[in-house]
Amino acid sequence: MVYARLILMRLFKAVIVLFLIVIFNFLLIQLAPGDPAAILAGEAGAADQEFLDQLRERFGLDQPMYVQLWHYVSGIAMLDFGYSYRLGVPVFDLIMDRLPATLLLTGTAFVLSLVLGIVAGSMAAARVKKPSGSLIMALALVFYATPLFWVALMSVVVFSVYLGWLPAYGLYTVGAGHTGLALVLDVAKHLVLPATTLALFFMAIYTRMTRTSMLDAAQQDYVKTARAKGLKPGIIQRRHVLRNALLPIITLAGLQAGQMVGGAILTETVFAWPGIGRLMFEALQQRDYNLLLGIFFFSAALVIVFNIITDLVYSLADPRIKKGAA
Amino acid sequence: MPITENPSADTVLSIRDLNIALPKGADRALAVEDVSYEVKRGEIMCVVGESGSGKSMAANAVMGLLPKGVNATHGEILFEGQDLLALTEKQHRALRGLKIGMIFQEPMTALNPLMRVGAQIAEVFEAHGQFTPKERQARALELLIEVGIPQPEKAIRAYPFELSGGQRQRVMIAMALALEPILLIADEPTTALDVTTQAQILELIRDLQQRRGMSVMFITHDFGVVAEIANRVCVMRHGKIVELGDAKSVLEKPQDAYTQALIAAIPSNAVPPHRETSQVAPLLEIKQLNKVFRSRGGFLKPSREVRALEDVSLTLARGETVGIVGESGSGKSTLGRCVVRLEHPDSGELLLDGVNLSQLKGDALRRERHRVQMIFQDPYASLNPRTKVGMAIAQGPIANGTPKAAALKQAGELLDMVGLGASAVERFPHEFSGGQRQRIGIARALALNPELIVADEAVSALDVSIQAQVLELLEELKQRLSLSLLFITHDLRVAAHICDRIVVMQHGRIVEQGSAEQIFLAPKEAYTQDLLKAIPGREAPVAATA
Repeated sequence: MVYARLILMRLFKAVIVLFLIVIFNFLLIQLAPGDPAAILAGEAGAADQEFLDQLRERFGLDQPMYVQLWHYVSGIAMLDFGYSYRLGVPVFDLIMDRLPATLLLTGTAFVLSLVLGIVAGSMAAARVKKPSGSLIMALALVFYATPLFWVALMSVVVFSVYLGWLPAYGLYTVGAGHTGLALVLDVAKHLVLPATTLALFFMAIYTRMTRTSMLDAAQQDYVKTARAKGLKPGIIQRRHVLRNALLPIITLAGLQAGQMVGGAILTETVFAWPGIGRLMFEALQQRDYNLLLGIFFFSAALVIVFNIITDLVYSLADPRIKKGAA
Repeated sequence: MPITENPSADTVLSIRDLNIALPKGADRALAVEDVSYEVKRGEIMCVVGESGSGKSMAANAVMGLLPKGVNATHGEILFEGQDLLALTEKQHRALRGLKIGMIFQEPMTALNPLMRVGAQIAEVFEAHGQFTPKERQARALELLIEVGIPQPEKAIRAYPFELSGGQRQRVMIAMALALEPILLIADEPTTALDVTTQAQILELIRDLQQRRGMSVMFITHDFGVVAEIANRVCVMRHGKIVELGDAKSVLEKPQDAYTQALIAAIPSNAVPPHRETSQVAPLLEIKQLNKVFRSRGGFLKPSREVRALEDVSLTLARGETVGIVGESGSGKSTLGRCVVRLEHPDSGELLLDGVNLSQLKGDALRRERHRVQMIFQDPYASLNPRTKVGMAIAQGPIANGTPKAAALKQAGELLDMVGLGASAVERFPHEFSGGQRQRIGIARALALNPELIVADEAVSALDVSIQAQVLELLEELKQRLSLSLLFITHDLRVAAHICDRIVVMQHGRIVEQGSAEQIFLAPKEAYTQDLLKAIPGREAPVAATA
């Protein structure tokens, strides 16, 4: 019951926040000089006033700003994000076409970085002041400090070009006509390099954070209590140290999860991954405002959703939060 | 020649010639040196000492829980015919919780905040492979009933943060006793508790010990607790035993000078001496002060209210010391913080020499602020570790317009006055001990030439012998600088020692106020009587101090 009410209230707040974001985004884009009509006309080579006016009329750009805003907001309420100026396709369809690929990539990277980061961090904490522990931390530092695009390029060079183990780009092998299990395997193969590349950075952060957090938790009085009970070290590490150490990790993971829509531009570009990131990049270059606004809306919505999920997970992990909120 | 005893047939634990080495760079080489004592069957052995005496070290060695880098280098610890120091970690683990149980000082942090109380007790059985999970829960419930937790069926499903400090300590005791150990080690188990709760926990430990015929090794710094509970006493100082014997003889006829000093340093167990209360015009008048804390509500949370102060009225004459005594949550600290205007009271008046402090804001408040200064409880947390001591003291006067050089010079004089020497100006807080830091805190409060000093638990974090010195200093400075003092404390003994009048608070209200003598000898209210009764060692025979 407590949860139902909590979620309901959070969703109510989320709608208000989203509404404000839509208005803000819209106004922000109005500030940019030049409008899509000018660019389209310029590219078409025929920039006379009549053609411009015609274009503006067709896209409703001749209306006063508040009318445009009203059209836009009321459209969004019905999931109508308008048409892409450039491609002439509904924005919603464009985004829905690209979203699965991005979520597959960022979601895999998210799970990968979280799991590997926590495992590596726990191992480093257990091997503190030993060479193996230092090695884990040194690797984490390297991954943390290396630019993403460089890792991406180098992994393509090594694993695709030199070793030939994995495909270098794309979501699946074009023209192979795989179906069923073969297609899944094919996509999985294509996923390995971009997902790993994207995961490394956050994995490094989780590793460092888990280690610090566990060393900190190991100093707490309740760990001494657990030892005084005669519990085995493994149980103490899992049940008492790790569980308490995970709390700050949840907060960080929530932040990373919020970036899942827009956070992969570089990786998608290097690996030619047909996701939202590349769509956004193209829209930006071409001043395809409707499309940009649509993407902004989706990434904002995702951030809000993951914030709610993070808070729920946190209240499950830490009983003090739930009771405090009730 | 170190003090020793001969083992006898009913010896449960025998520590012989124990040396425990500290890591290199510590303030001394050995935490514990040539220590030998016995714990006999069915007795409570109190190990007494101040911080740094090494009193907990031997207990940690018994449990095999010495901190990293600290090792027993010599001697033996005999328990059931085997030397605990020779055990492997695995063998030692098998004893922990099963044959030897331990409870700790901080009930607030000694339980895992993310696990239900029942699960944490059940873990003890699990650790030693006893019973099925279902039986473990049933046993946990029985234990919670035995240690007297209210509503045990609910408590077993509670998380630690839902229980009070005393209840958590009961859970710790339930956990330590789960497998009916032969020996219970209690490391300052009541130090963090309120005095009435402390009395209940002491009674519980004594009661369980007698019912189960268990031996208890009880570590404490408080001779009051010793008088309350000990069969035998071992007094430690700087890692060595200075006195060992029956509780009665140690308390009544302490042989060693240090033991004598410790017992004498306990703020008067006897009736406080009568003091003249001045009848001059009051310096501070508090009228109908109210303060309610509301947790911010909003969309999701219903707001919560805590009435910290309810219609509190009292007066403080010039040159008088008034003690505010109460347990945690009584509102005593909120009152102090309102008087220095760190909190803003909701309603009521705070008249300092006729000026209503509670109504002042901004510049007007800043101009009056210097007249009331505060000494804080924690000498470790209340000084900025990266600010030199002299600067920490001079900051107040500089903010009030004194040139820097003059303020620093004055800081030196003040440090001299509190007995640290002017050279302390250039040093950092970490170079000083707890008692010295509290002297710095006093100097800092004095730097602004206040008329009234609010001391919030100013000696509570200090060892008894240091406590006595700081109290003496406060008393002396008060006379010399004709200060008035609002002395906030949970400790009635300390209050009786230093205060002219005492105000007893509970749940944000004043329960009783009167002269120290009257409160101590003829308390009218039941709560005051309970507080007095709960003072450990009050009725026990203790060497005369006056």
